[in-house]
Amino acid sequence: MHEKTLAELSQALRSKAISSVELTQHYLKRIEQFDGALNSYITVTPELALEQARTADARIAAGDAGPLTGIALAHKDLFCTQGVRTSCGSKMLDNFIAPYESTVTQRFIDAGTVMLGKTNMDEFAMGSSNESSFYGPVRNPWNSEHVPGGSSGGSAAAVAARLCAAATGTDTGGSIRQPAGFTALTGLKPTYGRVSRWGMIAYASSLDQGGPMARNAEDCALLLQAMAGFDPKDSTSVDAPVPDYSASLNDSLKGLRIGLPKEYFSAGLDSATAAAIETAVQQFQALGAEIKEISLPNAELAIPAYYVIAPAEASSNLSRFDGVRFGYRCDNPADLTDLYTRSRGEGFGAEVKRRILVGTYALSAGYYDAYYLKAQKIRRLIKNDFMAAYEQVDAILCPTSPTPAFRIGEKIDDPVSLYLTDIYTITANLAGVPGIALPAGFANGLPIGMQLLGPYFSEARLLNIAHQYQQHTDWHTRAPAGY
Amino acid sequence: MAFDRSDVEKIAHLARIAIREDEIPATTAKLSGILGLIDQMQAVDTTGIEPLAHPLETTQRLRPDSVTEQNQRDAYQAIAPATEAGLYLVPKVIE
Repeated sequence: MHEKTLAELSQALRSKAISSVELTQHYLKRIEQFDGALNSYITVTPELALEQARTADARIAAGDAGPLTGIALAHKDLFCTQGVRTSCGSKMLDNFIAPYESTVTQRFIDAGTVMLGKTNMDEFAMGSSNESSFYGPVRNPWNSEHVPGGSSGGSAAAVAARLCAAATGTDTGGSIRQPAGFTALTGLKPTYGRVSRWGMIAYASSLDQGGPMARNAEDCALLLQAMAGFDPKDSTSVDAPVPDYSASLNDSLKGLRIGLPKEYFSAGLDSATAAAIETAVQQFQALGAEIKEISLPNAELAIPAYYVIAPAEASSNLSRFDGVRFGYRCDNPADLTDLYTRSRGEGFGAEVKRRILVGTYALSAGYYDAYYLKAQKIRRLIKNDFMAAYEQVDAILCPTSPTPAFRIGEKIDDPVSLYLTDIYTITANLAGVPGIALPAGFANGLPIGMQLLGPYFSEARLLNIAHQYQQHTDWHTRAPAGY
Repeated sequence: MAFDRSDVEKIAHLARIAIREDEIPATTAKLSGILGLIDQMQAVDTTGIEPLAHPLETTQRLRPDSVTEQNQRDAYQAIAPATEAGLYLVPKVIE
């Protein structure tokens, strides 16, 4: 049952070949069997899942089922879920049971999906390896000595190991696309504002965007259909029509113009990854696409700009975790300052504290212009690069990461080295453009990811390009041994 | 510019984050490394460039100035560590 894609399960459920209760029980057994080694879930919700499965089966029997009704999903543990612990991977929120439902998870409830549980993640979504969770590192099902990527690494590992049909993730600097690339999944970061951020615990508000992580582009299209759309509760949500993402999956790629940014194929790119992208380029050409070299001249500035903007926003967003209002509180505070500082010092992990300190510094008196304002100006340059590129091409093809998944512990003591692994993904967040990651090959048994970036609101086109590629390749069909 | 101990202590105070004495050397070194990374921006001439705060450059939507939320005090207080008579209880501290 777990070998089927989400689209195949949807057919099986609606034809009543299987029931949602059977499917849910199957995945719950797999979680029990395999997750001890992977640590991909923080919280498993079997009773809620079975209750939702029974409701889904009743909807299917009544002829009231949509394409996702009865499908068993997992949600990244930063989407607030009413009555279920929402920890954000942090000791700070270890005991937080959200009193409300995020818009994204509510839309999945409305679609009739089943929630198996909440997936592990880098603390407050800060990380590129999924080693900074309070609940311990997640292991990559393709090789348990390696990271699954971060910060949506729990979602990535759970989908890759077939411990759910698909999952939600969020992408602030590549946190959907990088783990998708490390685990042979397809993951989509939508245009900023396409998916509501209401009820997502904020890290960097002008960059965070939720999106789907699944086995292929067809499944991502079904998931995005449920997630996307205007939300009056989110002031950054865009009020624009949502297309039928599945309707254009089979459109021809003849005449498609794909750009290869020369800056993304320079020193530092792993040779096996470069070779995989080259093979993918040939595949796209065979499908009728025209390939052009393009330039994103300010791409190398993305990391420095991101590591000012994101920490600055984080220092503001995370100021609410002060030991007073909710979350972790230190014992026996001597005074109010001691309450704040010890609660935050004891409740946050090392990476979160580092980013808050960097952000506080960048926003402090005397440094704002040199850091924050400067970074926002560079952000404009990066957006301008994309706008110029999209006058020449319809989509941009590049790697998701410089190398396949690295070893657990390899970079954890060197934050700068870890930050540089997001070099190919961060530009899309700064500009707000959408990007889809998909598998393009393997090296030494580890997946190689590539990504396609498009103009604002081009998600349907990106899904179409990815789907056509996946109709002619089989990287996305491979499963890790033992799962 | 690199951080030194006094910089880290000052920023930690501003951020209201307690850093243990034994963590200060490593924190100082790592923050200095990060500062070195972000200082690469300073080599770029951004004269005349407008800062970009929102990718789509949209402005904040307005809505009618009316109450839309229902009273959810009971739901929110149900998850609080301690409440009394409809109020949140926080630790007693002396300023």
